[in-house]
This record gives sequence, structure tokens and C-alpha cells, in this order.
Amino acid sequence: MALLEVEDLTVSFPTADGVVKAVRGVSFRVEPGQTLGIVGESGSGKTVLTQTLIGLTPGADINGKAVFDGTDLLQLSEAQLRRIRGARISVIFQDPLTSLHPLYRVGWQIAEMVRAHEASASRKEARDRAVDLLGRVGIPRPEQRVHDYPHQFSGGMRQRAMIAMALALAPKMIIADEPTTALDATVQAQILDLLLQLQEESDTALIMITHDLGVVADIADDVMVMYAGRAAEKGTKHQIFYESHHPYTKGLLESIPNSSVAADRLRPIPGQPPSLINLPAGCKFHPRCGYVLDRCVCAEPELVRIDAVADHGSACWLPAEAAGVGASAEKLREQAVREGRRGAAVEVAEAIAASPEVA
Amino acid sequence: MTGQAPAASGDVLIRVDNLVKHFPVRTAGFINRTVGQVQAVDGVSLAIPRGTTLGLVGETGSGKSTLARCIAGLIPATSGTVHFEGRDITNLPRQRMAPFRRNIQMIFQDPYGSLNPRRRVGAIIGDPFAVHKTVPADERKRKVQDLMERVGLNPEHYNRFPAEFSGGQRQRIGVARALALRPKLIICDEPVSALDVSIQAQVLNLLADLQREYGLTYLFIAHDLEVVRHVSTSVTVMYLGKIAEAGPKNPVYDTPRHPYTAALLSAALAADPEAAAARQRIILTGDIPSPIDPPSGCRFHPRCPKAQELCGRQEPPLEVKAGDAATHLAACHFPVTAGEKLATASRRARP
Ligand SMILES: Nc1ncnc2c1ncn2[C@@H]1O[C@H](COP(=O)(O)OP(=O)(O)OP(=O)(O)O)[C@@H](O)[C@H]1O
Ligand SMILES: Nc1ncnc2c1ncn2[C@@H]1O[C@H](COP(=O)(O)OP(=O)(O)O)[C@@H](O)[C@H]1O
Ligand code: SF4
Ligand code: SF4
Ligand SMILES: [Mg+2]
Ligand SMILES: [Mg+2]
Repeated sequence: MALLEVEDLTVSFPTADGVVKAVRGVSFRVEPGQTLGIVGESGSGKTVLTQTLIGLTPGADINGKAVFDGTDLLQLSEAQLRRIRGARISVIFQDPLTSLHPLYRVGWQIAEMVRAHEASASRKEARDRAVDLLGRVGIPRPEQRVHDYPHQFSGGMRQRAMIAMALALAPKMIIADEPTTALDATVQAQILDLLLQLQEESDTALIMITHDLGVVADIADDVMVMYAGRAAEKGTKHQIFYESHHPYTKGLLESIPNSSVAADRLRPIPGQPPSLINLPAGCKFHPRCGYVLDRCVCAEPELVRIDAVADHGSACWLPAEAAGVGASAEKLREQAVREGRRGAAVEVAEAIAASPEVA
Repeated sequence: MTGQAPAASGDVLIRVDNLVKHFPVRTAGFINRTVGQVQAVDGVSLAIPRGTTLGLVGETGSGKSTLARCIAGLIPATSGTVHFEGRDITNLPRQRMAPFRRNIQMIFQDPYGSLNPRRRVGAIIGDPFAVHKTVPADERKRKVQDLMERVGLNPEHYNRFPAEFSGGQRQRIGVARALALRPKLIICDEPVSALDVSIQAQVLNLLADLQREYGLTYLFIAHDLEVVRHVSTSVTVMYLGKIAEAGPKNPVYDTPRHPYTAALLSAALAADPEAAAARQRIILTGDIPSPIDPPSGCRFHPRCPKAQELCGRQEPPLEVKAGDAATHLAACHFPVTAGEKLATASRRARP
């Protein structure tokens, strides 16, 4: 049985400007010991989706189900959620300073976390646990560094301290929200290795939120691609990277500079993501889509299985043959080009490009 | 130690020789005493031929932005020289710097922080015209709208505020403003780091188009190695204020000679699961040390998988290594040889 099963989750925020529809009917599952990568442009709802699971979106209208280890998280009281947060589901944020208090010693903060959830732990036991955890995440001389304040740690060390804190109570699931975005490549690689290693040791489930497809390629088992608050595509890492079906997923993969394709120009996705207050009708990607069909403009496609054998889903009206880069997918692409199909955003971009040059 | 800038073929637009920038570290107290120096840039030399792009990479704190700000004349250099079209522009007084400043513009990482939120974009983009008085006031609006159009912004949005634009559009505003005076050199400090990939590709294409159209020269700072490879003609790798390796991009990426370059490249994540699974990461121990008290000898030695006794004692010169092209330089006593395997960690055993 899945450790977490989210079903048709909808989250919106009433604001002065209108209702922000941040998450619109998302379903997914996470198995123990597995990593789900969630990718998408900023504002696509990745953070809201996961924060809602642990009760950190106050003021939001929430609908749907999120069954974690037999309990629907969305039905729990704040007090019940507090007992789950940190202990059974923990979170690692992009900026460790949002979770580490600047005025308290790092070791003390980890020890206090332990004591808050485990009444039986003595002060000394909690302190020893903090030292042990800092050692496990690769902080050198942890028995000395427990006494440091957060500002005495480098960015990479702070992120390690955050991971140590996230692991302190042996959670069943970790939500990592852009945990390495602010870090250098060498440090990022170390942190990802560390997460994988710790996950293998303890069979923890991991939800890795990122806008970096390189991170997903490196660490995920399954991937969910989000666009405008919905899952555009969902599948195994292999399906998403090598057999992608949704034009948005294809667009993301094609827009990355890649030395193996010696192209002079990159192929960006034209336009920008829509306003979540004022969503376009039909498929929310249609203004930017190069495959757009008449139907796309008025009817929004559901996420459906496009693969008979494996669980690969896409929310797009294109036929299943659009998946991948094989001959039939290529034929569909050529047909779209031949028919001159392009979303409204593409037309605007072309009009601007064709305008007279700056004198 | 790093000596003169490498001889570059063609017409050199900007040339930096032995540039040093130290920041004094003071005690925060009643009596301000200088207790040390942050050696942010310590003897850097480079030359950028006109119409080309030099990519600058290195970990946080390696001195990239400081070097850029010295070149742009935004902060004074401690020592060393900067030549623009053969003329020495190092630490010129404001007045005499003005004509050069027109020709050297900067684009910054943070499209949010670098735009005044209370000013309309028309005024922001038109600022350089007002400051340098190159365009009469009544023509300014048309000029600004031409620029907006050129960078892919809707000219009708002239009166909007920065908050009404997306991240990618705000970066275009920065590009339009930098372009206003038709500069020769644009220094891009992490111009796409804050953008999503699809938008990042739009801005990179725009920069490439503008370069072709106006013959622009770029100094391009970024931490994404694939981005740098895509945009650059040549690449310079910095570590703790010094150049570790420099040269045309392909040899530097394909056959790095400095162990730090090799480690950096091995840590980059390709958006390709099969490549990721095959990745052999070179293990670096520890974090980047403090530039206040950098390690002796080779600054990389405490983390280097190839370090030997000599490395802690003697600083390696930046020089051409045996078998390399005359433009490919590395600062290492024991350079990586073709096919050499450094200590690596392969990924998890899991399928
Ligand atoms: N005004 C200043 N006073 C003191 N130290 C400074 C100052 N500006 C920069 N430094 C220091 O100089 C070193 C180089 O900084 P710089 O900003 O050039 O790095 P960078 O390579 O651009 O890093 P990043 O990748 O994080 O942008 C750092 O140690 C930094 O803390
Ligand atoms: N408390 C809130 N009130 C109103 N809108 C919000 C709130 N929190 C998030 N949003 C909006 O929800 C959308 C999704 O945000 P988020 O989940 O943070 O995106 P991501 O993590 O994918 O970048 C954004 O448009 C964001 O501005
Ligand atoms: S083809 Fe239609 S349904 Fe599919 S992504 Fe494009 S616009 Fe949306
Ligand atoms: S000089 Fe020595 S320590 Fe420095 S990079 Fe070369 S081998 Fe490593
Ligand atoms: Mg987020
Ligand atoms: Mg910088």
C-alpha cells in the first residue's frame, strides 16, 4: 500500500484580487523508500501542494483527500498535525535560515526538537542524538560544531544541519522543497548523495520539489510535472525524460542548453505561465502550445493513462503516439508545423520578433 | 604570479592584468581596527576579444562579482590594470570614466532587486538617456519603446511598474536598460539564474541575437555549467580569488587540466537519467575556505584529490600544460592527464 495517497486535491486562496486557484485537482501516490520528483515553473503550485499536506496553508480553501499511513491528513486538527510534522513527515526548505533560529546554537535546536516530540528523552540523550545526527550528515567534528550558531556554518553546512533536523525523529516521509537551489554544484551533489544514502538506510519516502530537471534526473524514481496547479504529466523518470507526451514536458526538456545537441539557438517555450486568478479556458497550456487543436481552446483534458502497460499519464488531447521522440511522435510534430498551429503567445512573440529593429 | 593576460587573437576589447581587490575586515566595535583582508580577487588576468563571450564560473565567494564590478569601474581595484580598447581605465575619476561607463553596462541576477519598484519601466529603461543626455527628452519615449520592442516587451506597457511584470520580463527590462546607450561590453552577472528553464532559454536567445546584431562583447557569469558552455567562446574558472583554469570552452570542458575544474564538471547534473546514473563524481572534501585566510601554496590544496606536499608550499603558476593549445592555461603542479581517473564516488547501487 502506498505511504501517501493524495486524491483530487484542490487548494485555493481567496484574495482581494480574486480567487487564486493554486492547486486544481491533483492526485498522486508515494511509496515507502521511493522518491517522487515534482517539477514545474515557479508559481505552478508545487509548494502549496505539499504545504497543504502538513497543514501549513492557513486561510486556504482545501478539498480532496490525502491519506498518509492510514490517516487523512486533511481531516486532522492543528494539534494532531503538529505531532505529525517533524516526527513522521519532515520538511527541508530551500533557505535553511527560515528553519534554523539565528540566536540559538544548532545543536540545541536539534536537541529541543527531539525533546518536544519525545518526552522520555533526557537532555543529555537529546544532545547526544544531535551530535550523532550532525556526524551522520557529514559535519566534521560534530561534538564541537553542535555549539555553533547557524551563521558560523557555511551554506552547505546549514543545509546539512537542516537535513539532520529533518532526520532527527526518523520520519517516514521527507518533503524537500528546492533543498539545493541555493547551493553550488559541488555542494549540491554532496547533499543529493547524502539524501539518497540516508533514504536507503531508513526506507524513508522522499518528495523532491525542484524546478531543476537535472536534480530530478539524478534522484527521482517517479516524476510529476506540474503546470498551472495541475499535473500535466506523471510517470516514471524514464517515461518523463525519454517518452514524454505532454507538449509542456517536451518544451521543458528542449529548452535546456545541452552540449550534446550543438544547436546555436535554444528552443524556449514562448510566453509565460498564466495568472492563477484568471486562467485561460480549455487546456491551460494552450496559449503557449505548438500543437494546439480547436478542442484545446475550450475543453480542459483530464490526466489519463496513455500507456497500456505502465502507469504513464498525461493531461493532453494529443493521441498516445505523441509520446517520445520516435517516428509517430515526429509525424505529429511535423503535422502541427505544417498546419501552422501555434498558441496565442507564440503569435505575439512572432509579431514582436517581426517588428522593425531599433534604429 | 599569474602574469600577463594570455595573448588573445583578434581585436581585444577589454584586458585585465594582475587585478587585485582586497576588502579590509574591521572589528565591529567602538574602535574600528582592520584585522585582515578579504582577498576577493587576487591577481587575475584575462582578455576578451571583441564580439566574443567570456564565461566566468566558480563557487560562491570565488570573486566573480567582485572582478566584474572592478572591470565596470563600480568599485576601485586595489592594484592591477583594466584596459578598454587599449586605454587604461583603472580607477579613473568619475568625470574621466563617464565615456567608458557608457560602453560598459551590467545586467544583474536579481530582476527584482535591481529595479526600483516605485518607478515606471519607461523611466527605468530611459534612465541612461537622462543621465548621459544622449537623447533629447521629447524623443526619449519613442527610443525607450523601440528598445522595449527589441527585447520582446510590449511597448504599450511603458507606464507599468516592475511588479506588474514576470521574472523573465523583468530581466528583459534589465537588458533593455543595459542596451540603451549601445554599449560595447555587457557584463552579465548571473542573468538567468533566477529564471525558470523555459524563460531562461528565451533570455539566452535574446542575448545571442543582440550579440550578433550589435557585435556585443559579453562577460558572462553563471553557476550553471551547461548555460556557460552554451553561451561562451572561452571560459575562465575561478577559485578563491584566483584563476584555476582558462581557455577556449571545448578543451576546458572536454579535457580539464585543473582538478577543481574536473570536480566542478563532474558535479554538474545533466537532465538525463542515464547520464546521471553513469555519473562519476569527484569527491571534494570540505567547504570552500575563507578568503580572509586562504590556504598557502595552491589555494585548492586542502580539498584537492591530487594534492602533494609541494602544493601546500608553492603556488602553481597559470601556464600552458604540455600538449595543450597556447590559449589553454591551468594553475596546477600536477595537472589532470587525459583519461586519468580521480577519486570518484559512483551513484547508488539501486537500479
Ligand atoms: N564589500 C565587501 N566587503 C567585504 N568583503 C566582500 C565585499 N564584497 C565581496 N566580499 C567578499 O569577497 C569574496 C568574493 O565575493 P564575490 O561576491 O565576488 O563572489 P562571487 O564569486 O560573485 O560569488 P557568488 O557566486 O555567490 O555570486 C567573498 O568572500 C565576499 O564575501
Ligand atoms: N497564502 C497565499 N495567498 C494567495 N496566493 C498564494 C498563497 N500562497 C501561494 N499563493 C499562490 O499560489 C500559487 C502557487 O504557489 P507555489 O505553490 O508557491 O508555487 P511553486 O512552489 O510551484 O513555485 C502562486 O501563484 C502563489 O502566488
Ligand atoms: S495539444 Fe492541446 S491539450 Fe495538449 S498541451 Fe497543447 S493545447 Fe494542451
Ligand atoms: S597544484 Fe596541487 S593542490 Fe593545487 S590543484 Fe594542482 S594538484 Fe591540486
Ligand atoms: Mg515553491
Ligand atoms: Mg556573485
